[in-house]
Amino acid sequence: MSNVLLIDFGSTYTKITAVDVEREIVLGTARGITTVETDIMDGLNQALDELFSKAGKLEFAKVLGCSSAAGGLKMVAIGLVVELTVEAAKRAALGAGAKIMGVYGNELSEYEIEEIAALNPEIILLAGGTDGGNKEVILHNAKMLTTLGKDIPVIVAGNKSAAPQVVKILSEVMTEVVHTENVMPRLNELNIEPARETIRNVFLRRIVEAKGLNKANQFVDHMVMPTPAAVLKAADLLGKGTSYESGLGDLMVIDIGGATTDVYSIAKGDPNRANVALKGLPEPFAKRTVEGDLGMRYSATALFKAAGAKMIADFAVVTEADVEAYMQKVEENIEYLPQSDVESKVEIAMGRACTCLATERHVGQVEKVFTLLGEAFVQKGKDLTAVKIVVGTGGVIVNHKEPEGILMGTAYEESTPHMLKPISPEFWIDEEYIMASMGLLGGEYPDVAIRMMKKYIVRR
Amino acid sequence: MENNKVKVVLGVIGADCHAVGNKILNYALISAGFEVINLGVLVPQEEFINAAIETGAKAILVASLYGHGEIDCRGLKDRCREVGLGDIKLYVGGNLVVGKTDFTAVRDKFLAMGYDRVYEPGILPDQVIVDLKNDLGV
Repeated sequence: MSNVLLIDFGSTYTKITAVDVEREIVLGTARGITTVETDIMDGLNQALDELFSKAGKLEFAKVLGCSSAAGGLKMVAIGLVVELTVEAAKRAALGAGAKIMGVYGNELSEYEIEEIAALNPEIILLAGGTDGGNKEVILHNAKMLTTLGKDIPVIVAGNKSAAPQVVKILSEVMTEVVHTENVMPRLNELNIEPARETIRNVFLRRIVEAKGLNKANQFVDHMVMPTPAAVLKAADLLGKGTSYESGLGDLMVIDIGGATTDVYSIAKGDPNRANVALKGLPEPFAKRTVEGDLGMRYSATALFKAAGAKMIADFAVVTEADVEAYMQKVEENIEYLPQSDVESKVEIAMGRACTCLATERHVGQVEKVFTLLGEAFVQKGKDLTAVKIVVGTGGVIVNHKEPEGILMGTAYEESTPHMLKPISPEFWIDEEYIMASMGLLGGEYPDVAIRMMKKYIVRR
Repeated sequence: MENNKVKVVLGVIGADCHAVGNKILNYALISAGFEVINLGVLVPQEEFINAAIETGAKAILVASLYGHGEIDCRGLKDRCREVGLGDIKLYVGGNLVVGKTDFTAVRDKFLAMGYDRVYEPGILPDQVIVDLKNDLGV
């Protein structure tokens, strides 16, 4: 028996994908409402009924799950200097698939502790100081965290010289304090993989249970990871390949949702032109960023503020008043779908604004500096100008008639030449919406997952 | 790799690309037993400061060789005070001003800006190392 069932417990829908790993085909997909408040199995059974009615009764050798239900994995990241360990901690959390509620630097104040308590994160990542560097701030912050009045798992990934003491301080109050390697052992050197892995482990041990996902445990063999981590894993496999199955090379993945826009890039991002110096933190090869103010429904107001009516109106070739009217409608009623030609145009333009701004924040920038020795260029972040493949996934893009119009926002624009966006991207669509599933499958069957993605993710 | 080496931040400030002296100083300081966080060339003030905060460095060594030193170096001490690095030692050296100016005047100017040591062109790394050891008590 070679059937595997892959489940994505999403914030709204529980999506399931049944695959045959021997024939390397999708047997069927279905979805139910995520019922985390009552019994997670209700929604799952609903989806299974739908699947069996479409594909016939199936049995599964293995069932794997990922989850972004009940608000995803909510985290707070704490470091010392905003551009350094705070940024490193943030990237580790993002890479682990977390939803970042807040980031903090320097010595935490009582006000910030109150704020963190109100944010009520599920995991706190505490970093600060290079190895052998600053100890005072992380020790101070550990002491402050003991006054939270809440028992939240804390992952300590800061100055290793201070780590034992930090763990000791926190353990007096918190039940789960896990120590891992420093996210920045030396200045400007990123080491986020151990923290990422630790976050995932704590997620599996603690969060799955807290969210009532364990009720699915009799049915699901492994709750493997948060959904964004599964997508990142799939993108990584599809880009890099394995020793047996070649990948597609450098690529980007865009996932627009109602509340957020996620951007993934699988690429080294070194400068593509000569005479460019790199500045800032080194970038992770597999990078994820998520924009909480760019989304199609819950974040429509925030998107309106971030993009401006003019940008969306220009994309749609309608008036700014049309944009304003439509965006107000969708904000009030998140179920609302375009009813007229103008509304359809605005909807696409909103998606394009999401991809455009989210990509701008994801990619690197190049700046021209004038020195006594002539012109020089300084690049911060990843140069993705040579990336050819942009994959669209997520409900908004997958279910859209014209996803190219939305993905066009990822492309390089001559009006903003300093933004290192893909110059001539091809758009590929995850039509069966299987990327998260393939990330899950990729844990055990990486070659199969790559071949299936190559088959089911199609170029437009 | 745990060590108790004293850390110092080194870099060439502003839009200055002169890399040779930086490499020599880097080598000399490491040989003298310091842990050097070398930021290289084209370093803005913020980067010197961020590096010093995060690594817990005891001194910042600023070089400027292209004549704009006075403009680039101004305000570094105030920024250090602002971020809680009031006690960190600040050294500066290179060709700090354009042309042949009386160095006493230059030194006074940079001392007034809050630098602890000001070096004229031609000073050897050995002198800097002796001063560092004295000032930091190592």
